[in-house]
Amino acid sequence: MSTNPPTNGQMAPLKAKDFATDQDVRWCPGCGDYSILKQVQTVFADLALDKDKVAVISGIGCSSRFPYYMETYGMHSIHGRAPAFATGLKIANPDLSVWVVTGDGDGFSIGGNHLMHALRRNINIKILVFNNQIYGLTKGQYSPTSELMKRTKSTPMGSIDYPVNPGAFALGAHASFVARSMDRDPKHLKEMLHRCHEHAGTTFLEIYQNCNIFNDGAFFAFTEKDTKEDNCLFLEHDQPLIFGSEKSKGIRLNGMKPQVVDLAAGKFNQDDLWVHDEKDIFKATLLSHFFDDPRENGALPRPFGVIYASERPTYENMLEAQITEAEDGGADLDALIAGPTTWEIK
Amino acid sequence: MSNPTIQEEVTIKFAGDSGDGMQLTGGLFTDNTALTGSDLATYPDFPAEIRAPAGTLPGVSGFQIHFGSVQIFTPGDEYDVLVVMNAAALKTNLRALKTSGTIIVNTDGFDKKNLRLAKYPDDENPLENGSLQGYEVIPIPITKLTRECLAESSLSTKEQDRCKNMFVLGFLYWRYSRDMDETLKYLNSKFSRKPDILQANVSVLKAGYHFGETTETYSARYAVKAAPLEPGVYRGIMGNEALVMGLITASKKSKLPLFYGSYPITPASDILHGLASYKKFGVKTFQAEDEIAAVCSAIGASYGGNLAITGTSGPGLALKTEAIGLAMMLELPLVIVNVQRGGPSTGLPTKTEQSDLLQAMYGRNGESPVPVIAAKSPGDCFFTAIEACRIAIQHMTPVILLSDGYIANSAEPWKFPKASDIPEIEVTFKKANPDEVFEPYQRNEKLARPWAIPGTPGLAHRIGGLEKEAVTGNVSYDPANHEYMVKTREARIEIIADYLPLQKVEAGPDQGDLLIIGWGSTYGAIASVTKSLLARGKSVAHTHLRHIKPFPKNLGELLKKFDKILVPELNNGQLAKLLRDKYMVQVYQYNKIQGMPISKSELEHAVLQLLD
Repeated sequence: MSTNPPTNGQMAPLKAKDFATDQDVRWCPGCGDYSILKQVQTVFADLALDKDKVAVISGIGCSSRFPYYMETYGMHSIHGRAPAFATGLKIANPDLSVWVVTGDGDGFSIGGNHLMHALRRNINIKILVFNNQIYGLTKGQYSPTSELMKRTKSTPMGSIDYPVNPGAFALGAHASFVARSMDRDPKHLKEMLHRCHEHAGTTFLEIYQNCNIFNDGAFFAFTEKDTKEDNCLFLEHDQPLIFGSEKSKGIRLNGMKPQVVDLAAGKFNQDDLWVHDEKDIFKATLLSHFFDDPRENGALPRPFGVIYASERPTYENMLEAQITEAEDGGADLDALIAGPTTWEIK
Repeated sequence: MSNPTIQEEVTIKFAGDSGDGMQLTGGLFTDNTALTGSDLATYPDFPAEIRAPAGTLPGVSGFQIHFGSVQIFTPGDEYDVLVVMNAAALKTNLRALKTSGTIIVNTDGFDKKNLRLAKYPDDENPLENGSLQGYEVIPIPITKLTRECLAESSLSTKEQDRCKNMFVLGFLYWRYSRDMDETLKYLNSKFSRKPDILQANVSVLKAGYHFGETTETYSARYAVKAAPLEPGVYRGIMGNEALVMGLITASKKSKLPLFYGSYPITPASDILHGLASYKKFGVKTFQAEDEIAAVCSAIGASYGGNLAITGTSGPGLALKTEAIGLAMMLELPLVIVNVQRGGPSTGLPTKTEQSDLLQAMYGRNGESPVPVIAAKSPGDCFFTAIEACRIAIQHMTPVILLSDGYIANSAEPWKFPKASDIPEIEVTFKKANPDEVFEPYQRNEKLARPWAIPGTPGLAHRIGGLEKEAVTGNVSYDPANHEYMVKTREARIEIIADYLPLQKVEAGPDQGDLLIIGWGSTYGAIASVTKSLLARGKSVAHTHLRHIKPFPKNLGELLKKFDKILVPELNNGQLAKLLRDKYMVQVYQYNKIQGMPISKSELEHAVLQLLD
């Protein structure tokens, strides 16, 4: 294992490779995880994070090998439980920047409970969910995000297991930050990672990640040039919802119902469109349900970007405040041990 | 007033409906008894339901106290006095009342409805059918007298009835020649903001006392003198309370912030409640979403440099299994407190048992050695908690601390230590050294690896559950390395024995006919039996294990010095199995698996049979 020079004092600007370890990266060639690793390392360098003050915690699965490749503190823990380890670490040391790396199986199946509770508690940890809609490490069973009727080794006649909608799950758990990005759009992914870093509270970033061995092309409708613009809705705060090649389509709210409108047809213009407000939980909830199969006729586009971001007090800060308040009274160990009533035997 | 009859020791059982306040009555009587200087032991007997239907058999809640002017080891086998608030309480408790014992009866709890709920046959009232002949029965219409006493009060009838336990307490204070001042002080502080309720409780308490005085001819008065306890300052202590104080003390002595991750479970929840109320000591409690998150958060906190604890009971320990294996692999300090209850599965949540020993020893996948230590009494929980933390920190390992439902909720007088008498626990966090390459799995003389906490400049490193290469800690699938690491992990737990005191005989000769070897809450019963048999000239000795993994180094030698070895346990023979496995000795067992502690008389009987 390599040693790390102290990072205090004047240093040259950090590069992505400053966050790379000497361990061989063992994901399959062509895996989407490589891109995510690269973007995370690049963003950490851009942010000039002190690698000794960063901890990356993962569960089990392909994505969970991530900490071994990050030149920071890290823990490869047990299946599904990374948010719980990260919670304890952040409570113990609130100064650390704590990142959780999980996948669709690790996060939504075995670890769904911990994910839900971390999100509602709003402890300041950054959760990255690499969603490839398949179990890769166990060689190709359907996952909780796999689509209905998907044929895999464990579903030879097609999956009858209705998939989870990650964004809606996170909002349902009262996450204070919910965003989506993809492995094949490095620029967007880096922007989202920056936003996660800036947000004080639990951040939930779902990253569409291609498993080229067991589920190749699962997200091609969103990630490939030909289809990306028509299927992706890139969200920007305070901007109208516009998508499509030539930016010709928009979303308007017809009452509570989102409706795709053709901006070229003349009936509606930009002023008629839904303006994204990432602090509006009601609109965010509607957006999280833009979850249509892109192959369906009239499918709503899939939103990418920050669906919801609204800060509220973090768990660790509230805990610290209670302790500070309690400590004001002074703490005497002898008084504790003696308790309120004693008597003497002579 | 006649002079009270002096008694050497007395066992009283308070029994009533779970809404009758028997635990509070027992607790106050215990505090009052402690102040007289008598030695004592208590045992609460809760129903499994929070509020089973009033008046029914499953709704009966009991509290037993054994006190005396002699050394008291157990809460007593049979009662001298049984206090019953209703028919169901009499039915469930009569079998353990001594022949010619005393029954103090609330006759108002024996109306038709109560008799029916207690499943007495129609038109049968045990108070009237002669079935209690041979006992001294003191019938008192407690509910009626309580209501009469509060006739002028503004309280509703329901609120008035809640005061009737104070009548019982007052009557017993009279019967045992007690002073009520401390109880009055307690009531004053508890109800300082509710003057009506305070006044009612005080009036009824005094009414109970005066009832004893005015009906003096009808019942005798007794007194129990102070016991020859070692001089010093004492307090009353219960096991879970002692654990809380021990953990906080370990935190102060190691100068590490205390993190407690836990999920509510009977009978361990009081540790969470206790620690949550001591935030002023810097304690961070985290009520996790489940048992797994509780232990995982504690491992995270330990990685971050806190003194990390998780507490649970048997089923919770089962859920924590995988994470404890990870902590063993990561070689991070962690204390897992298991307040055992009746198993298997959900089992008997409110009853006591020692049946998680093998789970603690072996309940993990792979070769996964973890130190196991056990507390023997309420006060001992304090020292055992500190010892568990010391081993965890100094040997960089998870440690399982076993207590049980009996110790957790029993009370005893405790000559508590001064904080300054407790040794510091030395902690060394790894710091970067420019002259060396940092290796996360480099070991010291204890075979412990360095504790390098995130945030330390220059020590960024990765740890995880995959097998790791010796020294570097890098992931390794090398066959020889795996075997080496398995052996090393076993060796580093066994080496702890080098730092433990040798096993001593607590009472009796160093060699002889019979060695009784126990662990955990059987201490009182074994000590009591040993003392009694030694007085009768039997060649019997008692040794009690705090350390079960690893065993003290001389244990095998000690076992060889006795003709016979007996292991009394509240399980089907788990320590017995471990002793046979390790030392290949013949071990006799005495096992009780009834959710209750072993009584002195049954153990004495078993020992005498073995000695014949």
